[in-house]
Amino acid sequence: MAYLDHAATTPLLGSARAAMAAQLDELGNASSLHGPGRRARRVVEESREAVAAAFGCRPGEVVFTAGGTEADNLAVKGLYWSRRDADPARRRIVASPVEHHAVLDPLQWLVEHEGAEVTWLPVDRLGRVDASDVSAAIAADPGSVAFVTVMWANNEVGTVQPVADLAAAAHAFGIPVHTDAVQAAGQLPVDFVASGVDALTVTGHKIGGPLGVGALVLRRGLEITPVLHGGGQERDVRSGTLDVPALAGFAAAATEVAGDRPQRCARIARLRDTLVDGVRAAVPDAVLNGDPDPDGRLPGNAHFSFPGCEGDSLLLLLDARGIACSTGSACSAGVAQPSHVLLAMGADESTARASLRFSLGHTSTAADVDEVVAAIGPVVQRARRAGLVATRDG
Amino acid sequence: MRVLAAMSGGVDSAVAAARARDAGHDVTGVHLALSRLPQAMRTGARGCCTLEDARDARRAADVLGLPFYVWDLADRFARDVVDDFVAEYADGRTPNPCLRCNERIKFSAVLDRALALGFDAVCTGHYARLVQGDSGPELHRAVDSAKDQSYVLGVLTPEQIARSVFPLGGSLKREVRVEAAARGLTVADKPDSHDICFVPDGDTAGFLRRRLGDAPGPVVDEEGRRVGEHEGAFAFTVGQRRGLGLGRPASDGRPRYVLDVSPTTRTVTVGPRERLAVTRVEGIRPRWCGPVPAEPFDCGAQLRAHGEEVAATARLVGDRLVVRLAEPVEGVAAGQAVVLYRGTRVVGSATIDRLQDRG
Repeated sequence: MAYLDHAATTPLLGSARAAMAAQLDELGNASSLHGPGRRARRVVEESREAVAAAFGCRPGEVVFTAGGTEADNLAVKGLYWSRRDADPARRRIVASPVEHHAVLDPLQWLVEHEGAEVTWLPVDRLGRVDASDVSAAIAADPGSVAFVTVMWANNEVGTVQPVADLAAAAHAFGIPVHTDAVQAAGQLPVDFVASGVDALTVTGHKIGGPLGVGALVLRRGLEITPVLHGGGQERDVRSGTLDVPALAGFAAAATEVAGDRPQRCARIARLRDTLVDGVRAAVPDAVLNGDPDPDGRLPGNAHFSFPGCEGDSLLLLLDARGIACSTGSACSAGVAQPSHVLLAMGADESTARASLRFSLGHTSTAADVDEVVAAIGPVVQRARRAGLVATRDG
Repeated sequence: MRVLAAMSGGVDSAVAAARARDAGHDVTGVHLALSRLPQAMRTGARGCCTLEDARDARRAADVLGLPFYVWDLADRFARDVVDDFVAEYADGRTPNPCLRCNERIKFSAVLDRALALGFDAVCTGHYARLVQGDSGPELHRAVDSAKDQSYVLGVLTPEQIARSVFPLGGSLKREVRVEAAARGLTVADKPDSHDICFVPDGDTAGFLRRRLGDAPGPVVDEEGRRVGEHEGAFAFTVGQRRGLGLGRPASDGRPRYVLDVSPTTRTVTVGPRERLAVTRVEGIRPRWCGPVPAEPFDCGAQLRAHGEEVAATARLVGDRLVVRLAEPVEGVAAGQAVVLYRGTRVVGSATIDRLQDRG
């Protein structure tokens, strides 16, 4: 079994597991005023401090959520509503077309239900946004812009965005910037203050922490309208009783990955490079999507198009050989759609359907890579035969 | 064998996949996404084309421990089945889309892809039996005569039959439900699917009107006298009695039935029931489930899904199949399949294009 889908979710780190286990039998609602409540609150606040230290922000800027999707929804809807309410002219959102659906779908919802308008930024063939395009998009009508959202690194092709440059370009017009750093966290030095962004999404299960917990880091002083209303547990911005064991696990994972990131990612990048070289040797016409420069892509990401293949077929055949990877995007019924990321990068639909993502992480080994390299040639050959059948008229 | 089990989300295909696995096959489940705009939830009792059905199929595969994937065949299905269905109605024929789907999708597009991917066969929950005969596997009627689906499989060639697995043909439906419950499959009590999966509300006439537009014309009797009006000839099927909307009763006071539909002249012809009787049909596109018969042969003929089988004599004339029926049959429409049987064995089929010897 070779697990090469760390971009989907990562195995739990031992430190996170231990931190969670230590909390599972403990009692206490962090909002309660009595002893058990105080005990729980202490764990929550220590977790907040640890997460803040890991991502370069102040503890008071961390709003815990139930994961990346909730944090993205809070950022996109919350910033739109607060900015529009402060100035009804600000209904325009400047966004990249390669965002995750956790950003794209809220944007679409705001367009359909809340009178928002989206200005889509161009991306180059590597999937990268240029800061000058952010400036141009805002400059067309600065008074109408609510905020800018561009992800830190892409979940499909691994392309890293020049986040600090984009933030600086937006700030020149006084426009706040949100970035979805779900994939970047743990793989790149994600420093909130240094990046200059105003809101940043992270999640636990992509960094070796537990599922169902994440955070929106929100610059102090930035107004945001809540999405979840209730007890106001998180600065009145987010309601819901906090999941103490999950927060403890998230904090432990964030601390560990911030500490060992350079060595761990260097090792992962070497494995990734071996995988890329091996796949190219086995399938000479395989196309590596995204940035070929290792500095421009996530260290664990290898994303290919295999001309003449359906990504679906490749996944099925590799799965049957015990290799877990991803076609990159899926909808609720499990029907593969051509990747919106590759389409935005200028790929045609058949190339966008012919893609496969291998993503490596902290448990990846040379044996995993060897398995892929040994299997990919025959698998692609077989998938090509199936691809010919699929396009033939029956 | 490596077997690809088509799993609709219903109880039959789930139990079929389970039995194939128990028979020692290496089974992978696949749900065919056939609708371009799948509805989120089932409406009515039709169960195969919604997201809920896809989830039911996935859940069944998970319970059985089978790898499971969704294959998007919506474009192929729209072109080969739905568009064909509409075009057939537009030409005044009454097609059976399930046969078409089996011929073009399940045992063609899906089977071909499965074979290319290294599978040996496709398994479905159809109620039909495979029996090893002298010249290869034969397709036979199911034991459960109420559920028998051999009619809609009458388009399969020997090559397709040899690559098929039908684990339910020897069982009664109620046994399959009991087995599903015993296996812990949550679809054990799910209602049977009925009618046409891509017409979820069951209103075929409304579906056709939306696709083809209104095409009003006259309803005439056999002498050509105008007896009513209609909104579109395609909404009528030969043998239909209800919904004719005729203002004037027949001169003899007896019920009238649709005898003929002619979309080109937008004319629907009605008449008395005895005029529906047919004793001879001709069909195009003959398909043989085994050796091609050289001589005229005695057989049984079934002229619609769940229709009675009648004694017949069939022969090939060029590429046309000519079937003489030993007794008159009513309610036969062009576009339907005539499926031929010898005993319980399916011999072959053709698409009816000519009806003769009406009473």
